[in-house]
Amino acid sequence: MADTMQFDLVSPERRLASVQAREVRIPGADGDLTAMPDHSPLITTLRPGILTVVSAEGTTDYAVTGGFAEISAAGASVLAERAMPKGEVTAADMDGLIADATSEAGEAPAEGKDAANKLVADLQALKAALGL
Amino acid sequence: MPSLKDLKNRIESVKSTRKITKAMQMVAAAKLRRAQEAAESARPYAERMNAVMSGLAASVGGSDSAPRLLAGTGGDQTHILVVMTAERGLCGGFNSSIVKLARVKAAELLKAGKTVKILTVGKKGREQLKRDLGSHFVAHVDLSEVKKLGYDNAQGIARDLIHRFDAGEFDVATIFFNRFESVISQIPTAQQVIPAKFDTEDGEGASTLYDYEPSEEEILADLLPRGLATQVFTALLENGASEQGARMSAMDNATRNAGDMIDKLTIQFNRSRQAAITNELIEIISGAEAL
Repeated sequence: MADTMQFDLVSPERRLASVQAREVRIPGADGDLTAMPDHSPLITTLRPGILTVVSAEGTTDYAVTGGFAEISAAGASVLAERAMPKGEVTAADMDGLIADATSEAGEAPAEGKDAANKLVADLQALKAALGL
Repeated sequence: MPSLKDLKNRIESVKSTRKITKAMQMVAAAKLRRAQEAAESARPYAERMNAVMSGLAASVGGSDSAPRLLAGTGGDQTHILVVMTAERGLCGGFNSSIVKLARVKAAELLKAGKTVKILTVGKKGREQLKRDLGSHFVAHVDLSEVKKLGYDNAQGIARDLIHRFDAGEFDVATIFFNRFESVISQIPTAQQVIPAKFDTEDGEGASTLYDYEPSEEEILADLLPRGLATQVFTALLENGASEQGARMSAMDNATRNAGDMIDKLTIQFNRSRQAAITNELIEIISGAEAL
């Protein structure tokens, strides 16, 4: 069994990471999950959270907001709407995102209300987790 | 016959025009490189997105529960044309070629008795379409303040489109932009984005059987708006690169034309100066002979 897999983290604007990873911890919409080599093929959506990549060089954390992850036996790729290395996120960034999400939640139709409110809560949790 | 002074002024003014067009060409070249890089780095995301979506769309598409963004409203009475052009001119046929394509499409639809709505992105297209299709305008997106195109800009446009779609304002959305082929060739392209269409050429998405978390439908419902934003973003970036490419070649032509003009005017100037000198000499000589 291979002990590393190809991991790509891409956002619409750039490719943030492309490394051989031992494991990747992904904040899935239905709960966190860890992808390791030879994982069964899976596609999941993401919630805002911290994505951790463990590779030979060490552990790297990224803050991601929505998007999705595609995991197969050979590797994992995460397509995040917004992704930044943990250290580069500022409190102002997060506040902006939270404000956007909050106003969105206010306008959301009844059936989308829960999802929109959850997004706000997830963003706030992410902010807290980042220690901002 | 223009006087020597006039010619001299003329040459000077063409020379400064040449300086300006040369500078614009170089600026466009630098911007083109940046625009190409941006388009390049956006590509992996768009490709993956497309692959996953086409896989999903193939498996869900047939069922009744398929989201409306994919299945459409069932009608095709109202069309919205999203015409993406530049904010500035002086880029050759760049804006006109998109406008022309959009105009042909609009005429076709109107002839078939459909309702046409137009959303313009970029000032130049709006100006050109205003006269004959102005009554069909529904909105305009101004990107003149935007220094660097970001995903946010695309997301804004996509969100606006989805709002309108949900409100039942249109059935089919098509985006018009220039696909960047090379500096000298940009291809005006019309791409239908709602209901979503995918290239199914690479069977990669379909060959692996994925588990989906949450369900396929939910993922698809979540992904379709993102997919739309990605398509708009790709189109904007392609358009950005095309604009700079078109401007670069237009300015290159202008610089060359100015050079030719200067050569011609210089010859004319030299000839008239020589003629004046010859004239003077003849006068002196014939004056001396007369004595």
